[in-house]
Amino acid sequence: MLAWAVIRPRGWPEAFAAVPAAVILIAAGVIPAGQAATEIRQLAPVIGFLAAILVLAHLCDDDGLFRACGGWMARTSAGSPRRLLTQVFLVAAVTTAVLSLDATVVLLTPVVFATAARLGVRSRPHVYACTHLANSASLLLPVSNLTNLLAFAASGLAFGHFAVLMAVPWLAAIGVEYAVFGRFFATDLNTGNMGPGGGRGDQGQDAGLPVFTLVVVALTLAGFAGASAAGVNPAWAAFAGAAVLAARALARRRVAPVALVRAADLPFLLFVLGLGIVVKAVTDNGLGRALAPLLPGGTSLPALLAVAALAAALANVCNNLPAVLVLLPLAAPSGAGAVLAVLLGVNIGPNLTYTGSLATLLWRRILHHHGSAPDLGEFTRLGLLTVPAALVLGVLALWAGLHIVGG
Amino acid sequence: MTESDSTVRSVYIWVCEGTWRASVDAALNLAPAGASFTLLHVSSGEAPEAARGAYAGLLGRAGHDPGNRLAELAEASAGELLEAAARRLGRACEKIEIQTQGHAERTVVSASAQADLLIVARDGDQARLGPKSLGKTTRFVVDHAACPVLLVWPRAAPGVSSIPPPPPHPPGPQDPQAPQAPQAP
Repeated sequence: MLAWAVIRPRGWPEAFAAVPAAVILIAAGVIPAGQAATEIRQLAPVIGFLAAILVLAHLCDDDGLFRACGGWMARTSAGSPRRLLTQVFLVAAVTTAVLSLDATVVLLTPVVFATAARLGVRSRPHVYACTHLANSASLLLPVSNLTNLLAFAASGLAFGHFAVLMAVPWLAAIGVEYAVFGRFFATDLNTGNMGPGGGRGDQGQDAGLPVFTLVVVALTLAGFAGASAAGVNPAWAAFAGAAVLAARALARRRVAPVALVRAADLPFLLFVLGLGIVVKAVTDNGLGRALAPLLPGGTSLPALLAVAALAAALANVCNNLPAVLVLLPLAAPSGAGAVLAVLLGVNIGPNLTYTGSLATLLWRRILHHHGSAPDLGEFTRLGLLTVPAALVLGVLALWAGLHIVGG
Repeated sequence: MTESDSTVRSVYIWVCEGTWRASVDAALNLAPAGASFTLLHVSSGEAPEAARGAYAGLLGRAGHDPGNRLAELAEASAGELLEAAARRLGRACEKIEIQTQGHAERTVVSASAQADLLIVARDGDQARLGPKSLGKTTRFVVDHAACPVLLVWPRAAPGVSSIPPPPPHPPGPQDPQAPQAPQAP
């Protein structure tokens, strides 16, 4: 049933399958209507938060934030592929952490590719850096990833506390990626724009940095921590930030209201709601009981490592969204440490396959009309080099953090 | 000499990001007079596909796939690269742009069957002479090309002294007949 919900609807809006599936499950009494309502009540604020972040990122793009980042990366890398990789790591890590992994994949990756092309260097390492960091750099803040938002709601941590505990694991994961990328893509990174005449000439006009937008994003970020510390749902800070940018863009007629609604991706929000109910039904009807013995209790180092490994494995089998929905209720009784270990697993783990999970990978293989996918073996090797190391170092850092800061 | 020159009619220049200038310059300086030039660029489609894969990994999102945008950018960038190469060459030439799904090296090898000479630039470690100065893709082309290959350095070649000294003679039983180092009298 879970696999059906994950694989089946690929290619057209997933909500078309997930929502009817949820309705059928409720109608058939597999999940009592009361429990489904509770699940919806729990998910609704998370989904609202997500919508606000999606709109915020979209408006940042409209204001030219990512174009400006591209200009900055091009200037500061001075044509060196290695320095461009460093700048891409910086920008992608911060973008993912603050504006969520969606922003990195959808909005930043094309800019990075265009920047590499403009500098006349090979784009492979830089594009792969974006796809990898969208996962592994999404550890820092509750807003970085939908999985984090779900875990954040389940962990009972304050926004700031979450960020403090995840800061070192975040840096560790990025550090592992950086070290591996530098060696793995050595050929591409050594092949700068060489030969007499350098540069392809067209440096283009750099977009200025949208200062207003940056200030709003920074204030929104401060608002997350402030609201959470004051006991207010930080989603309101995201709403406020998105509202300020939206009002400005609408007043200047830079964006149509329809585009804002489209940015919030309502089918996606409905899909998450439907998936939440389907997963709840499956978990309550056996999957939870089957997985519970595999999940060690407590927050000792071996327990945290096992939780993260199991989460990574499950994320790779289906996808990290259902994986986190299944594992959170099981991990939550062991405390915030276990919940965060689940997050390390489901956020770093998807880098093993280039589509984030085997289910998606197989489905794409079936759908692939146009020849073969890119070199799967090479991408898998890259995943094998980064994922286990990032997981182990991340869990170690989390474990140390729990001892120093407290869970 | 004129006889051997006349066999090289069709010179293919493999145009790659970063190293194409050296290949074009080699064509200008080293190709025989009267040769025809073909600029060849192959895009593997790997970057757009990586972006598509990452987007597919984001379960449930619809309609914002960045892969198509990357594919458009890749096509435009390949076109610009070929234009720049043609300008640098400054001669009449044919331009071939091929989009493949992975395995660009095999496409280049197939194209080399039409050529009398293929010009390839090294794309690995530029600091010392040796096998690491060729990346995986380039090595495949050099190893499998169906025509003579002119392999050039994208920058001035490193000195011969960049080759590490040969390993010390292995001592031991596998070669008991080896001449002994001369004894001091």
